[in-house]
Amino acid sequence: MPVISYIEAVTQAIDEEMNRDENVFVLGEDVGKRGGVFQATKGLYEKYGENRVIDTPLAESAIAGVGIGAAMYGMRPVAEMQFSDFMLPAANQIISEAAKTRYRSNNDWSVPLTIRAPFGGGVHGGLYHSQSMEAIFANVPGLKIVIPSTPYDVKGLLKASIRDNDPVIFFEHKRAYRLIKGEVPETDYVVPLGKADIKREGTDVTVITYGLMVHYALQAADKLAQEGISTHILDLRTVYPLDKEAIIEAARKTGKVLLLTEDTKEGSVISEVAAIIAEHCLFDLDAPVRRLAAPDAPAMPYAGPLEHAFMVKPEQVENQIRDLAEF
Amino acid sequence: MIKVNKAETIVKNRHEELGLSDQDVLDMYTFMLKARRVDERLWLLNRAGKIPFVVSCQGQEAAQVGAALALNRDKDYVAPYYRDYGFVFAWGMTIKEMMLNNFAKAEDPNSGGRQMPGHFGYKKLRMLSHSSPVTTQNPHAVGIALAAKLKGDDIVSFVTFGEGSSNQGDFHEAANFAAVHKLPVIFLCENNHYAISVSLSHQLACEHVSDRATGYGMYGKSFDGNDPLAAYAAVKEAADRAHRGEGPTLLEANCYRIMPHTSDDNDMTYRTKEEVNEAKKHDGVLTFASYLRSVDVLSEEIEKDLEERIRKEIDEATDYAEKAPFADPDSVLRYVYEEKN
Repeated sequence: MPVISYIEAVTQAIDEEMNRDENVFVLGEDVGKRGGVFQATKGLYEKYGENRVIDTPLAESAIAGVGIGAAMYGMRPVAEMQFSDFMLPAANQIISEAAKTRYRSNNDWSVPLTIRAPFGGGVHGGLYHSQSMEAIFANVPGLKIVIPSTPYDVKGLLKASIRDNDPVIFFEHKRAYRLIKGEVPETDYVVPLGKADIKREGTDVTVITYGLMVHYALQAADKLAQEGISTHILDLRTVYPLDKEAIIEAARKTGKVLLLTEDTKEGSVISEVAAIIAEHCLFDLDAPVRRLAAPDAPAMPYAGPLEHAFMVKPEQVENQIRDLAEF
Repeated sequence: MIKVNKAETIVKNRHEELGLSDQDVLDMYTFMLKARRVDERLWLLNRAGKIPFVVSCQGQEAAQVGAALALNRDKDYVAPYYRDYGFVFAWGMTIKEMMLNNFAKAEDPNSGGRQMPGHFGYKKLRMLSHSSPVTTQNPHAVGIALAAKLKGDDIVSFVTFGEGSSNQGDFHEAANFAAVHKLPVIFLCENNHYAISVSLSHQLACEHVSDRATGYGMYGKSFDGNDPLAAYAAVKEAADRAHRGEGPTLLEANCYRIMPHTSDDNDMTYRTKEEVNEAKKHDGVLTFASYLRSVDVLSEEIEKDLEERIRKEIDEATDYAEKAPFADPDSVLRYVYEEKN
C-alpha cells in the first residue's frame, strides 16, 4: 500500500470524488491556479478546469454562502477556508444557514456542503494562523465536525464528508500536512462519520483526543510502554456529534482518563467528553478525569518561546499519562 | 392604444406596450389584492389573539407581483424575503398555505410551523428557505446561479431584501461574487424607507441603493415600487440581460412600508401619521386599480366579484388553518440531519 502524506490524502480524496461525481466542485481563495496556499488542491485546476476549481473573491461569507446555494441546487461543493482562523466572517452562514436549513424547512431543503479548513498550531503562525476553531461550531446541531489524524482517515473521512447529505466542517491539521505520513489504499473507501477509532489498545490509562494530539499520545505511549505502562488511545475523528458509546467504552476500559486537545481548555470539545464520562462512567473511574489543553489565553503568540509555552508539548502528555498510571 | 377615461383625460395603455394582455394585468392586480387582503386579515387575527405575530407586506405588493410575473415561474429559482406575500402568491403559493404558515401548523409547506411567519421556503416552487438574520439569502441566490451555470441550465436566480439589508456584508459579498463570475442573478432591493425605525437617510449616504451597482461593475436601476408595470419592465430587462450572459443586475423598488415593522412595533414612536397618510395616496394597490379602471380592464362588477372571491378564499383558508393540527411535539427532534430510510 502506498505511503503518502496527510495533505496528499486530502488532494487524493477530492480528486477521486470529483472524478466520481460531476456535481463535486471546489471553491475558495487561491485554490485554482495556485493549488491552495498549502497545495491541498494541487493539480485539480489543471485536471478539471476553472469551472470546477473556482478561485473566489477574498470573502469567506460568500465562499460559505455561495457554497450553500450551490448545494441547494444539487451540487456537492467543497469549500476551502484558507485558515480556520478566517472562518468567522462565514460563521453566520455556517451556523444560521447551513446547519439549520434542513431543520427549518422541515426536511424540504438540504445542504450537502463540505467546508475544509486548516487548523492548529506549532507552525509559527501567530494568533491568527494557529487556532483550533472546532469548539465554536461544536454546539450547533445540524453540523458535523470532522478532524482526522492520519492520512488513511483523511482520505476516507473526506470522501464520506463530500458524499454526506448534510454540511460537514472538515478541519485539517496544518502541521500534520507534511509531518504525518501513512499507508493509504489506492482503492475507493470511506471512513464513516460519527465513529471514533481506537488507535492503540491498552489497559492502564485511556487517552481521548483528536488531530495532531493523537500523534503526541502515540509517541508518549511508545515511550511509556518501555516503563511497563499500557496506554489506550481513542481518536475521536468526528468531534461533533460525539461518538458517546466509544467514549464510554474507552473510559471504562482503564478507569483512568486523560483528555487531550491543543485548543484552549474551557469550553473545549474535551470538556464535553468529560461531561459524558461524568454522566456515564463515574463508578468505573479509578482516578479523576484529567484535561490537558492550551491555556485560556486568546491565541498562540508568534515568537518562538511564547508559541512553545502555549502549545501542548509531547513531554506533558507523557507526564500526565504516567501520573495517572501511578494514581 | 389610447383610451379616453371618464374624466376625459387621455390615458395611455402602458401594459400593451410591455406585451401584457388585459388578462395579464388583471392577474397582476388579483395577486396584489390577495396579498393586501390576506395581510389585513392577519392583523385582525393578531389583534384578536388568534396568531402571535404578523410581518406585513402592505405598500410593497406592486413591486413584488410585477417582479414575479416578469420571471419564468416554471424554471427560475427565487429567494424571497419575509415581506414578499405578493411575490409568493404570484409564484404559486396558495392562500391556504399562507394561512397554515401564519397559524404555524404542521401542514405549512414552508417549515411545518418551525419558523416565524413569512420565512418562506418551498422546494416544489424552487423557492429557497431563508432565516431571520437578514441578507443571508443573497449569497445563496448567487450559489444557485453558479450551480446552474456549471450545469448549463438557462435559468435566472432572483433574490429580494430591504434597503437596511443592503448594508450587510453578505449583500456586498454576494453582489461582488455574482458580478465577478457574471452570474444570472437579479438582486431586487425593496426599499420601503424604514429598517424597523431607522429611516433611509440614516441607512445610506448615497441617493439610491441601485447606485451601489456601479461599485460592483454591475447594471443597476431604480423604479417606482408602487407601479407593478415598472417592476415588470425592470425585472424583465434584468432577466433578459441574465439570459444573454450579461450578468447580474441590482434593482431598487421605491416603496413605502405602510404598516409598522411587525405586529410588535409601534411606528408612531418614529414617524408621523401625516407621513403615512401621504404615502398611502401613492399606494400601488389603489393607483393600479385606478389605472385598470381607466383602461377599462377593471369594472365595478369585476372588482366586486374579485373582492368576494378573495374574501371567501381567505375565510375558508383561515378556518382550515385554525382547525389544522400543530406538528407533533415529538417531531422537534426530527430532521436535524438526514434520516436514512
